[in-house]
Amino acid sequence: MTRLNKGTRGTRRTEIKLAEESFLTDDFLRQLINVGEVDILVGLPTHNNAKTIGSIVQTIQTDILRGFPRERTVIINADGGSRDGTPELVTEVSIDDVRPASNLNALRTLHSISTRYATSPESGVALRTILAAAELLRAKACVVLSPESANIDSEWLSKLLLPIYRDGFDLVTPTYRRHKLEGLLITNLVYPIVRALYGVRIREAYASEFGFSGRFGSQFLGQNVWNDGTDSAGIELRFTLAAITGGYRVCQSFLGDKDHIERRGADLVPALRQTAGALFSALDADFRAWSGVVGSQPVPTTGAEQKLLLESVRVNGKRLREMFSTGVAELDSVFQSILSPSTLAELQRIARLQEEEFHYPAELWVRTVYEFAAAYQKSVISRDHVIQALAPLFRGRVLAFVIENRNASADDVENNIEGLCLEFERLKPYLLQIWKSRE
Amino acid sequence: MREMIISELSQALDELARGFAHFLPRLIVMLILISVGWVIAYVLRVTLRSILRLIKFDKLSDKAGASQLLTKAALPSATELLSQFVFWVAWLGFILLGVSVLGILGLQDQIARFFLFLPRLFVAIFILFFGMLAASFFSRAALLAAVNANVPSPRVLNLAVRTIIIIFVLSIVFEELGLAQHTMLIAFGIVFGALMLGLAIAFGIGGRDLAQHFLEKRFVREQKDENDDELSPL
Repeated sequence: MTRLNKGTRGTRRTEIKLAEESFLTDDFLRQLINVGEVDILVGLPTHNNAKTIGSIVQTIQTDILRGFPRERTVIINADGGSRDGTPELVTEVSIDDVRPASNLNALRTLHSISTRYATSPESGVALRTILAAAELLRAKACVVLSPESANIDSEWLSKLLLPIYRDGFDLVTPTYRRHKLEGLLITNLVYPIVRALYGVRIREAYASEFGFSGRFGSQFLGQNVWNDGTDSAGIELRFTLAAITGGYRVCQSFLGDKDHIERRGADLVPALRQTAGALFSALDADFRAWSGVVGSQPVPTTGAEQKLLLESVRVNGKRLREMFSTGVAELDSVFQSILSPSTLAELQRIARLQEEEFHYPAELWVRTVYEFAAAYQKSVISRDHVIQALAPLFRGRVLAFVIENRNASADDVENNIEGLCLEFERLKPYLLQIWKSRE
Repeated sequence: MREMIISELSQALDELARGFAHFLPRLIVMLILISVGWVIAYVLRVTLRSILRLIKFDKLSDKAGASQLLTKAALPSATELLSQFVFWVAWLGFILLGVSVLGILGLQDQIARFFLFLPRLFVAIFILFFGMLAASFFSRAALLAAVNANVPSPRVLNLAVRTIIIIFVLSIVFEELGLAQHTMLIAFGIVFGALMLGLAIAFGIGGRDLAQHFLEKRFVREQKDENDDELSPL
């Protein structure tokens, strides 16, 4: 491991840390040492983002010049084996390119460092690299931005940084303007569960953009989540839950439009692994933290909590119903290990309904999810198989949500989501009951 | 003449008494071995049962699908069955050891062969159990993948994967036990070949329409999907 001789006390501490952070490359460590301490760190986990990364880095630099000209800032790019020159593009973008256009001047040097942590992208390793860099550089406030969000606004950085830098929050999660039928895994599973079980109304607990304080980052870095054998998929969700259970100050900040990346139906299982998988895994570890929570509380929010777009979109309801019905019929033996007989019987009943009369009631969906969570905790079958088995049922829930909200106004959709959340809260004792009964 | 008969008779009785005197300690040793063996086997059964309950072996058996088979065959749980098995193997071992003490000619070799066979029996059971576990895991994985990919007839795939793995495992088990090795090898080859041929014929001739439908659906749908407005789950 590289040791660089510098006389200050801070450097001494850094050297000790270097020995611990052996997963960082020597070259990366050298670059970090050359930077010294910083106030703000911007993390960019990338993988083949050459098309967007240049403009994103320029946007970040503009925002830094505008909002934080006196702060020592570094951009850390954790790259997962890009082959399109993404890391080079990050380091090549010069702040001099930004200055003339924006007519702004920074009083500090703005560093850009890139490191390749693996040959394939792993969100967990990318976040760990950014957290380790933040700790080594003793950053006060950090922001992680996803280069896959094509429309990163020049104010996103400030919106995620200011609550930490100015108001002393430890975690800032985003809220977006989304289409009412988009992000249904978030609105129908992640948000209601986090709210009902952890008692905190965070709309986007699984976020690709977020801000955090250096102290919370260091605390999370020291947690045993990196080597506990669990998949690092959905680490961002674990990060948010760690802030809640650790008693850190959490707030939300409205960022604007979420220009989603094209995700097809085939991506559902990986998406379930990242959300439901990470959530169920966290429930197991956090049982003491959530089992005693009753009700839920809102978190401070800057800007709107959530805005919904209402334009019509085409949804292939026939295919959703077909996949739901096929799943219920074909996976009968799997569901017998996971679901209670009454829940399974009810699912089999609605699987026979035609598309026009299809209805997957909120209560049944909540019971389904809770029974899956308990089955996951007890590993009644392979945990990954539990998550995969949820996919056809989620499609059924999506269809029901689409039918219910096809012509609904933004307020009606919000009311329906609120109703679902309250159902999750109401049935929390049922989860506790099956959780204990299976022990 | 009379003296001669008496002499022969007394000699025979003496020999019988000597033989009995020679045999009695062996019989007692055998009975002691059988009794001690029963105690040791019983302790083994109780200990093993406790260990298996502690490591939740029945749950593992559930996952392997072995519990379902046992229930269908009206057999006790996997933990109980394995404990009983170990008890009987251990006790039978002591019984045979006791019998060998009697010194009955011809039995010695058979007993020695039995003891040599025991490790192979355990290995075979081990292979069978984990083979069942693998069959259950991979067939379920195939079923889930097929359902989520909207592949037609996912249960056929599930059954095919399970059958192939079980046939493969059984052939290894029989080979390990040394039972009808050649027969099993040939049988495996025939069954596997027949299965593949059957699938090929079924898909190519019997399932021609299905294959056509499947291919059409797949390629046509892939083109159509590009225009489909799939909902983003995240």
